[in-house]
Amino acid sequence: MALAALVLMLAGPMVHAAESKAAADEALIERRLNAISEELRCLVCQNESLAGSRADLAIDLRREIRTLIVQGKSDREITEFMVARYGDFILYRPPLKATTILLWAGPFLIVLIGLAVLFRNLKRRRADDPTLTEDDRQKAAALLTGKDA
Amino acid sequence: MMRFLLPLAGFLAMAIFLGVGLTRNPREVPSPLVGKAAPAFTLPQLDARPEAAGKTFSPADMQGKVWLLNVWASWCVSCKVEHPHLVDFAKAGIAPLVGLDYKDQREDALAWLKLHGDPYTLSAYDRDGRVGIDYGVYGVPETYVIDKAGVIRYKQIGPVTPEVLKSKIVPLVRELQR
Repeated sequence: MALAALVLMLAGPMVHAAESKAAADEALIERRLNAISEELRCLVCQNESLAGSRADLAIDLRREIRTLIVQGKSDREITEFMVARYGDFILYRPPLKATTILLWAGPFLIVLIGLAVLFRNLKRRRADDPTLTEDDRQKAAALLTGKDA
Repeated sequence: MMRFLLPLAGFLAMAIFLGVGLTRNPREVPSPLVGKAAPAFTLPQLDARPEAAGKTFSPADMQGKVWLLNVWASWCVSCKVEHPHLVDFAKAGIAPLVGLDYKDQREDALAWLKLHGDPYTLSAYDRDGRVGIDYGVYGVPETYVIDKAGVIRYKQIGPVTPEVLKSKIVPLVRELQR
């Protein structure tokens, strides 16, 4: 009886240790699940991320991601898994490739065009700077004094 | 002259981009699966009769045939819209039509087929939607045209309409059958 009590006393903390390790693992899985699904679009409700959506498909896909995490897949592998099935559209950050180059470079291109137009106009304005000739001055003076030149 | 032409060109470019961009359906996401092999799976058949007990379906069973895989469910409202057209398609006997009953209750699905007619050669039963994920299903109904070698050639997202059948699916099936 005393022996049994002793075993129980010793086993108690060990059980706790195993539990807290499981809990820590669980927290890690949860954190990775959130980080991955935050970057993925829910295709049913396109303005929500997989992490934030309560759509049925989002729930299924989160479960799928969790399974993949438990299987030891890397974040990259999981993202590739999703892209292979749903396409680049599932990514909130589209990858840089030939078809998306305009998307990435477009804003810079528009800024460049804007700067070019601005400089051109500034230059033209400087060129148009009116300088008065002696003739102009006399004409102006005549107009101001109300006499014909 | 340039003073007017440049803004006009800019305006036209913008109008074309917006005109094309805004009239596209954001729900129709191009599937990366078109041109790839149809993902393999083995699922029980929906059929609940004793003689069908234990029967399964795999895409490999259809090797050498051009066939259609239609993802449907009894809870899916737009499936009801496309259903009569699928029944017509099956009646015409152009190609085998296999159903994938997606995230459904077996009794509901069978009752639904009884009520609306069953155009399917057979239906595979994807209870938890796991196969649906492999096929990139996100909006039921979806329809895949799969060729003799088991490669997905076309994916229809949303209900099949008589226009789509006539202008895309049937000509594609005929071409693939050749």
